[in-house]
Amino acid sequence: MRLEARAAPSRAAVILAPFVAVLFTLAVAMLLVAWAGAPIGETYALLFDGAFGSRFAWSETLTRGTPLILTGLSAAIAFRARLWNIGAEGQLYAGALAAVAVGGLHGGTGFDLPASVLFPLMLAAAALVGALLLLVPTFLRTRFGVDEVVTTLLLNFIVLLFVSMMLDGPMKDPTALGWPQSVSLRDDLQLDKLVPRTRVHTGLVYAVVLAAVLAFVVRATTLGFETRAVGANARAAAFLGVPVTRTMAIVAVISGGLAGLAGAIEVAGRTGYVTLDMSPGYGYTGIVIAMLAGLHPLGVVAAGIFVAGVLVGADSMSRGVAVPTYIADVIVAVSLISMLVAMLFARYRLRAT
Amino acid sequence: MTAARPAAPGGPEVVLRLAGITKRFGDVVANDNVSLHLARGEVLALLGENGAGKSTLVSILFGHYLADSGVITAFGRTLPPGDPAAALAAGIGMVHQHFTLADNLSVQDNIVLGTEPLWALRSHRSRARSKLMATAERFGLHVEPDARVGTLSVGERQRVEILKALYRDVRILILDEPTSVLTPQEAAALFATLARLVGEGLSIIFISHKLNEVLRVSDCIAVLRAGKVVATLDSARAEPAQLAELMVGRTIRKPVPRDHRRGDTVCAISRVSVRDDGERASLDDVSLAVREGEIVGIAGVSGNGQQTLAEVLSGLLQPDAGTVSLAGRVMRADARAWINAAVARIPEDRHAVGVIGDFAVWENAIAEHYAKPFSSAGVLRRSAARRYARALADRFDVRGGGLDAAVRSLSGGNVQKLILGRALTGGYAHGDDFTPALIVANQPTWGLDVGAVAYVHQRLLDASARGAAVLLISDDLDEVLALSDRVAVMHAGRLTPARATAEWTRAHIGLEMAGSSAVPHAA
Amino acid sequence: MSAADVLAIFSNADFWSAVLRIATPLIFGTLGALICERAGVLNLGIEGIMVAGAFAGWLAVYDGANLWIGVAAAALAGAVFGLLHAFLTVSLALSQHVSGLGMTLLATSVSYYAYRVFFPNVSSPPTVKPFAELSAIPIPILASQTPLTWLALAIVPVIAWILYRTPLGLALRMVGENPAAVEGQGIDVVRLRTGAVTAGSALMGVAGAFLTLSAFNAFYFNMVNGRGWICIALVVFAGWRPWKALGGALLFAFFDALQLRLQQQAGGIPYQLYLMAPYVLSIVALVIVARRATYPQALMKPWRKGER
Repeated sequence: MRLEARAAPSRAAVILAPFVAVLFTLAVAMLLVAWAGAPIGETYALLFDGAFGSRFAWSETLTRGTPLILTGLSAAIAFRARLWNIGAEGQLYAGALAAVAVGGLHGGTGFDLPASVLFPLMLAAAALVGALLLLVPTFLRTRFGVDEVVTTLLLNFIVLLFVSMMLDGPMKDPTALGWPQSVSLRDDLQLDKLVPRTRVHTGLVYAVVLAAVLAFVVRATTLGFETRAVGANARAAAFLGVPVTRTMAIVAVISGGLAGLAGAIEVAGRTGYVTLDMSPGYGYTGIVIAMLAGLHPLGVVAAGIFVAGVLVGADSMSRGVAVPTYIADVIVAVSLISMLVAMLFARYRLRAT
Repeated sequence: MTAARPAAPGGPEVVLRLAGITKRFGDVVANDNVSLHLARGEVLALLGENGAGKSTLVSILFGHYLADSGVITAFGRTLPPGDPAAALAAGIGMVHQHFTLADNLSVQDNIVLGTEPLWALRSHRSRARSKLMATAERFGLHVEPDARVGTLSVGERQRVEILKALYRDVRILILDEPTSVLTPQEAAALFATLARLVGEGLSIIFISHKLNEVLRVSDCIAVLRAGKVVATLDSARAEPAQLAELMVGRTIRKPVPRDHRRGDTVCAISRVSVRDDGERASLDDVSLAVREGEIVGIAGVSGNGQQTLAEVLSGLLQPDAGTVSLAGRVMRADARAWINAAVARIPEDRHAVGVIGDFAVWENAIAEHYAKPFSSAGVLRRSAARRYARALADRFDVRGGGLDAAVRSLSGGNVQKLILGRALTGGYAHGDDFTPALIVANQPTWGLDVGAVAYVHQRLLDASARGAAVLLISDDLDEVLALSDRVAVMHAGRLTPARATAEWTRAHIGLEMAGSSAVPHAA
Repeated sequence: MSAADVLAIFSNADFWSAVLRIATPLIFGTLGALICERAGVLNLGIEGIMVAGAFAGWLAVYDGANLWIGVAAAALAGAVFGLLHAFLTVSLALSQHVSGLGMTLLATSVSYYAYRVFFPNVSSPPTVKPFAELSAIPIPILASQTPLTWLALAIVPVIAWILYRTPLGLALRMVGENPAAVEGQGIDVVRLRTGAVTAGSALMGVAGAFLTLSAFNAFYFNMVNGRGWICIALVVFAGWRPWKALGGALLFAFFDALQLRLQQQAGGIPYQLYLMAPYVLSIVALVIVARRATYPQALMKPWRKGER
């Protein structure tokens, strides 16, 4: 058996790929559920119910989906330029910390500025910090040829330790008992609820709007052309007059900024403060979401909601049957791999040798 | 009519026979019922233009590809198809056009790979070394066994490739376009080596598109055209014109250089040097001026700094010393600025550098001008871009798939036409009636069939007639001599002064290409 | 914190024992990644494979098997994920970056899932009896090491021998530089690369087993904690050479052990800063080495037979 390139990508395969991937994934998950000894039908029903089965379920899914869409967008734009940003997790935490630094109540008071000024300032600070965190590895790559996969990964650990240090010291909330958490954000800086009596907040709107903006940028702008050119063939792009380094820097700013924003929006919309466990790997999951979406910003919204549904559904399901919540992570990992394989068949067909 | 090769009953033993080889790639028939035979001690040349099917045929012979039908017999036994190990075991060796060498490993490592059983507990290095040196001595090919291949010159690397085959006691050696990377003198040395190989009992298949070489070196010539063998002849009885016509199937009109005014200097580089940083060849105190309406050709074997020179003149590389100026203005390396200064660039590696394979035809058509004029306020002007791409594809006969097809799916010739069209129209950024100020054409006809080659040549001549300054870099000496008004020769990073074509002799150029500074006194 | 204090740390045999202990999983992991990369395949699944190896090894021993069977189980777990990674990146020629990250996610999540299936309700991880120190050996620092550390030190020359003095090693080095050359000699590139990745991943699994069967005695979540990524950095630092990989692992372990000791002695500086040091060091090391790094030429370039 061998793979033979098709003359033109099969459109049918491109459209079918995500569905085939999801179906395969659910089949694999079925095996895992059976292994845990739980009833398969009931498990899937609970999973689906917990994700999309009620107004409450939807609200939880959308709440979980908000940061995932943002980290998904962060990965999508970076990967378009072949900038392997694996540091979204650290950028998220750094952004969250920056948001609280700017908008938090330190020792009972914060900056004495009206919310209308402080709110955008807070978001800008978060985006800036995230951007800087990615600019450093990007610079190391363009100047010294250091692979950014490893440097962004290692930075995640460094950032998390830094956040831990801040939470133990200068930014600690003295009134909180138990696990260390940061000072809280000023009330008037927190995001409104989108739907009353649920946790869905206006951060979702930000995420969707940013997705639409990014979609436009990628497809229709000069920057989008340059980004795609650099990602497809950096050498040819340089020959053709594309400012490669400058494009990579801009992409790094956008990608890191989006991840930083994810952190700020999580703080402002969901928690109100920073804790060490506020992100169960959103940065990494964002990468999977971006791949599932084929790096299309609008696809990221759909994939983000799907993955959020799986995560939320799994939480809910594990309360009803004896299936560990980690099944969600397995589902996410398997869908990434099966998506990769499914997309392969859009460009290649199998031939018997 | 062709002088058919006599079938000799009781004649020399046939060591290799191909019968009815057919191979398709999708819709393209690369080899169409090809039948050939090779006698012991004979040099058989496969002659044909690019795309005629020569490389495919020998790839099948050597087991890289599987033929759709047909049988190969070597030394009387059928050869198992699709298996390089079987080909090697049958005594067939191949020197590829693109060397399969690992730069980071030593000469000995490269040669010895695969000669010992894979699961042996240890390599016998000293034994291998002795055998290697003995083989080198026997065939007159001298190498340094411990040298890192990355440090060797192209001619030396070819020697390593040949030794790879000889080390394995091959009886049939295939050479695929071996002289494309050699100076005339090195090519002569290669032919002497081949004669020695034949003297030691080997039989040789020699693939080339160069008529003169083929006539000089072979006993028998098989001409391929569009996948079929159109003739097999004795070299002694073949005529160049006859061979050319067989190769192409029709008479090709040679482009006629026109006589026209040569004007001011458009581009001048003065005492330009570029350090050798391991990634590219160096330039050493190079100076050159190209004038309006003239074609300056740079002859020389690939790898002597031509690529570096092309990069400097395309605005991609800032020299470490010296100045580069366009129309009197000193320029720094900045691809965008050079494009806006009406410099047309045709890169050597059209697929990897000239276009972005994953992008559509229309996106590649505007790729040098996506910012100006095909964007405004940061947004791409899609419909204007598509209109331009359509006009370009029509005018320059770019075929394949339509405006939205990925350029990766286009043939080499069509890609080159796209690049040429893009370069010569300048995106209409300077108006509809545009001629580039400077055209930097680096190996513009490499890998193209004769028709496409003539097309490219004609366009370059037309552009020069309209006042463009043309710099032509090519390792095809015939091309350089046919098109250029003045010729300079590149060797080891140094450039000779550019002299009028008529003032050069082939022998002199060959000497310069090899770095000899002795100038023959005879005309 | 005076010079005398620092010297006191170095003159303490415990310190050097710790260095060897910390280095052991890094040696296994770096050698494993080195083998994969020499063959031309970047294996970013290392972090997850180490988790899988840690879990599989521990589980086998918990179920009553002998410690060495546990190590074999860990190697097997690594090999299975390595085989999958090889299938995706070599046979299907998918992106090595993405496939590797997918492997890490998959191996980690499957391990955690399996752990929770077997032990749904435990609050503190169940323990096993780990490898005993080889106290029979009279040399002070080495006597406090376990057999796995000896194994790590022993396989360095073995791997160096295989790479540089056997035909298999030559083929492996060649396939990471110019796979077409290997194919031209009739050696199957796919099989060679798959074998290399599988073997390398088995070593990565053993690195994980060291954590649960020697360094600690139970399986914890987040146990690997970035060691896999550090191994990837160490491969570059080692210039893809086995002996330099040993040197790099020891050097890194030296600084890590030092950081731990300093943490205990010097007050006032937040412990997190000390914990950050190894990661910062890895980045610095990468920057220093990156300029001169001669990557295997075919690393990360997908290879398809018949496409030139």
